[in-house]
Amino acid sequence: MKLEGKRLIWQEYQKEIADDHYFYARSCIRQTFFPGAEAVFVKILKEELGKDIHDEKHHTSCTGIGYHSDVVPFDTTMTVVARQFALMTEAGYENYAASCVTSFGLYTEILDTWHHFPETEAKIREFLFKATGREFNKPKNLAHASDIVYKFRHQIAGKAKYKLVDKDTGEPLKVVEHIGCHYSKMFPHKGIGGAEYPYVLSGMIEAWGGEVIDYPERRHCCGFGFRQYLVQANRGFSLSCSKKKFDSMEPYEPDMIITNCPGCPMFLDRWQYALSEMEGKTYGKGKNGIPVFTYEEVAGLIMGYDPWEIGLQVHQVPAEPLLEKIGIPYDPDRKFKGKNGEDLGMPESPSYLKFYADK
Amino acid sequence: MPKHVIVIGAGPAGLETSANLAKLGIAVTLVEKEESTGGHVKQWHALFPALLPGTEALDAIRKGMPENVRVQNKTTVTGIEAVNNYFTVSGHNGWQEKADAIVFATGFQLFDARRKEEYGYGIYENVITSADLEEMFATGKSLVNRHGNKPERIGFVHCVGSRDEKVNNLHCSKVCCITAVKQAIEVKQMLPEAEVFCFYMDLRMFGRHYEELYKEAQEKYNIQFIRGRLSESAEDQDGNIVLKVEDTLLGKPLRIKAGLLVLMVGMEPLAGTKSLADKLGLTKVPDGFIQPADEVLQSNFTELPGVFVAGACSGPKSVSDTLADARSAALAVAGFLKL
Repeated sequence: MKLEGKRLIWQEYQKEIADDHYFYARSCIRQTFFPGAEAVFVKILKEELGKDIHDEKHHTSCTGIGYHSDVVPFDTTMTVVARQFALMTEAGYENYAASCVTSFGLYTEILDTWHHFPETEAKIREFLFKATGREFNKPKNLAHASDIVYKFRHQIAGKAKYKLVDKDTGEPLKVVEHIGCHYSKMFPHKGIGGAEYPYVLSGMIEAWGGEVIDYPERRHCCGFGFRQYLVQANRGFSLSCSKKKFDSMEPYEPDMIITNCPGCPMFLDRWQYALSEMEGKTYGKGKNGIPVFTYEEVAGLIMGYDPWEIGLQVHQVPAEPLLEKIGIPYDPDRKFKGKNGEDLGMPESPSYLKFYADK
Repeated sequence: MPKHVIVIGAGPAGLETSANLAKLGIAVTLVEKEESTGGHVKQWHALFPALLPGTEALDAIRKGMPENVRVQNKTTVTGIEAVNNYFTVSGHNGWQEKADAIVFATGFQLFDARRKEEYGYGIYENVITSADLEEMFATGKSLVNRHGNKPERIGFVHCVGSRDEKVNNLHCSKVCCITAVKQAIEVKQMLPEAEVFCFYMDLRMFGRHYEELYKEAQEKYNIQFIRGRLSESAEDQDGNIVLKVEDTLLGKPLRIKAGLLVLMVGMEPLAGTKSLADKLGLTKVPDGFIQPADEVLQSNFTELPGVFVAGACSGPKSVSDTLADARSAALAVAGFLKL
């Protein structure tokens, strides 16, 4: 591996990311899957970096999952997205920050479509006005939320309490970075680092002290793939995709996986449980699997946020062994307590993949 | 006053054009940006289909070069101007001459394989180009990969940078198919135990004896030809290249590990050719290759009287086609000068 070769490519794929004043559009599924991730993003931007971020309450799904599953027509999708832009315009913002990779890809695709086919944009403006009476400006800057964290990765590192480093050996943690397919595979120049060797997460990992693993199935889909999962009969494909990735990364003994997409951490996390039940196999050292995180959760962890405050208790693969490796304190008794100390109940223990640190 | 022609580029096309012009009594200045003549063939170990060594081919072309050919080496042409019925050509180092006619013999440049990012050239150590492999043959290096191991499996990827809309090259580079067959055979001769795979989309065996060589590659050397383009390559912990490719004849995806991956890089128009053509006001340079006045009837003429093309600057050509084209160009120039 010649890192200088990658660096040459990374130089080619850089993009402008707004410095402040973001209109934030959340994902439809992330708050269920990884409930703390978006809250951590907003907190870091507002409280740590002093940025202005508008957390819009009235936006809807972008329809991306329906669009890519062929159940929502493109005209409908574009009109829904036009409404999101109208909300941004009404709130007085110009910089659109999408939490979801599929939304980001879809917004990029729509803006590109309108660029090449202005008559389509005119038609959608008419649809939106007839349906809602709204008008809109197109964003001056469109970024995925991971672009923004990438932009401020060094400032975050400067404020961090911890590094992605083994506290006992001082060695960098081995980190798998997994990029959502819709981040840059459709429009390589819209993603940091391009499509083949994306840098958006690698840049964070480097800045925060970790070491990135480049394993053969690095580019492969996480297993969500929309119809692979949404059509029940196809779920074997979904599971196979994830298994292919785990088998490929396993020899590198990764300490953790970091992702930037709503679906990827869900599937890379939960399918480790499914695979362990099916095959009796757990990946990673011990019987705890390879923990999977969103980049916001990792940013929160190194900033010293309480692991249970940022929602790590809802991960299938437990985070505790990694917390111990880094030296991040946690209270095991609070893992399944709710926000006000209410008892959430202990989940049933899986047969193989332990949800607590296996010592 | 004998007529004077400036030939730009001293690869096989420029050398052969100059020699033939000189034999017709024309004074020739052959301008070359490098120190020595010979172009890409200098680095080429052996030419298909008969494995003629590149140095032997060049020696034969250079042999008997008439005295009225003057080589202006280490000179990059930076300016051309048409003035009345002659041309003024100038170089970066202050050199300047007038001529009655000009021949573009600027050739081509090899496709930069790093632009096919998914193949990993410049990133994965055991991904090399056909030019790198030829250099290994030429320098007599033993065929080991960058990790010092004899590769047990070697893959050749055809059409790298050719017939590929993604890199804005629609043209076929013509020589890569047969070069891959030639190189695959040479590899098998050096490493008889190795498995060799060629991944192709079409095999264009248009030249004399090409088809025979392709057949020999399969029957005598057991080289596997798989119709399918590589989708991506990656590196495993041992430095092997993990290939993902579809066998489109079987309709099945394949995943293969290779110790060495060779990318058959195609020809691209030389970056400087278009800017020189622009200086002259040549408009027919659609993709960077100079388009002749008529591709069938006037293949060495351009739209400007007195400006001619020879060799691969007007499109990819093999060495033998280049030499024939160069002789034809010399006759076209002589006709223009009414000799």
